Amino acid sequence: MAQKLDYLKETPSQTAGPYVHIGLAPGAAGFKIYDRELGWDIAGPNAGGERIRVEGMVIDGMLSPVKDALIEVWQANAAGIYAHPEHPGEVEAGFRGWGRVITDFTTGAWGFDTVKPGAVMGRNGRMMAPHLNLWIVSRGINIGLNTRMYFSDEEAANAADPVLNLIEWERRRATLIARRDDSGALPVYRFDIRLQGEDETVFFDI
Amino acid sequence: MPTPGEFYQRDRTRQPPALTPGYKTTVARSPRFAMISLQNSASEITGPVFGHADVDPGDRDLLTNYAQPGQGPIGERIILHGRVLDENARPVPNTLVEIWQANAGGRYRHPKDTYFAPIDPNFGGCGRALTDENGYYYFRTVKPGAYPWRNYVNSWRPAHIHLSIFGSAFVQRLVTQCYFEGDPLIPHCPIVQTIPDPDAVEQLIARLDLNATIPLDTIAYRFDIVLRGRRSTLFENRLEGN
Repeated sequence: MAQKLDYLKETPSQTAGPYVHIGLAPGAAGFKIYDRELGWDIAGPNAGGERIRVEGMVIDGMLSPVKDALIEVWQANAAGIYAHPEHPGEVEAGFRGWGRVITDFTTGAWGFDTVKPGAVMGRNGRMMAPHLNLWIVSRGINIGLNTRMYFSDEEAANAADPVLNLIEWERRRATLIARRDDSGALPVYRFDIRLQGEDETVFFDI
Repeated sequence: MPTPGEFYQRDRTRQPPALTPGYKTTVARSPRFAMISLQNSASEITGPVFGHADVDPGDRDLLTNYAQPGQGPIGERIILHGRVLDENARPVPNTLVEIWQANAGGRYRHPKDTYFAPIDPNFGGCGRALTDENGYYYFRTVKPGAYPWRNYVNSWRPAHIHLSIFGSAFVQRLVTQCYFEGDPLIPHCPIVQTIPDPDAVEQLIARLDLNATIPLDTIAYRFDIVLRGRRSTLFENRLEGN
């Protein structure tokens, strides 16, 4: 017998279940317990860059909205810096870059306000186009799904993005690009997440 | 001195696949195309940082955090405690652990839960805490009850507590459930059965910990959590480029 490697193994995932709101968004479950619920303010008051809104639905394989999902977002600021000690650079005071939203119990719609992130330096000195990192959990999802949202008005940066270019099928890249709508006071990016079907969103094993 | 590098790839043989027809809700909610594997970039090795300004010390005590003054929830008083480690067995300090659960009768404080068991007026069912510098966390709560759910007509969830853990990087984000040693419902549960490896299932079962029990007061269960570990960059392989 060879020697034994003494690494531990990652704890297995289990579904967040239908009552995920109690733990991660108790206000949405209809009761107030914490003085500060986390994840409502992604960018904070001092963040530079363009203020935007992101809206969408999570759609299942029956083309029905998923009304009990929870989505977390992780993003850089407008200068492309993450609020994390290992990422070189400073972010504005109050910028966390992380948020948490639920899909509406009756309509399935979700949305949040933030700032548009900047391009982020990627591997081997290749710039990544501006993007949001998203993580989706719900009843019927055994392990959190990771995806990225890119911006329709960043055509040149998207075309050069090293992650989008990893996706062999060009038409699947379109599932990651949110469509900009300038008709309201705040620019809105529309991003639907399709769990299944012909236009299934690209999910990443990160 | 080696610097921390990329994370070990997730061992999918110990994780539940997306499609597990025995747990029926996964059928319409499981992606069917292969996921695209990504090497870590700055977007993956970073993640939100939380601190003591985010969490109150009382948030970890579910016996008191929703109870009327002088009252408390009904049920078996338990401590749930353990360490958050990475796959290199190093502690994960200052990381946020959030939990949620049914009350002792198996009922959640949630508008969509319509089970006969009553809501407990003194029990909210959620708590949160940061691990200390050794990766240690603890909660005080009541042991949740088993409850029926609509999968098969006679499906019952074993007693369980849901946990959400962040780690230091977005790749370590994890949601799971902890079960209790000796519960006969565990092997029958379609959600437990989504995990193909029996050894991985064992990793989700908290053990009775008599040494941590407070005599004549509160029983303790031990539940250690392992998040993904990362390589040390012994040789140059910079994520950031030069």
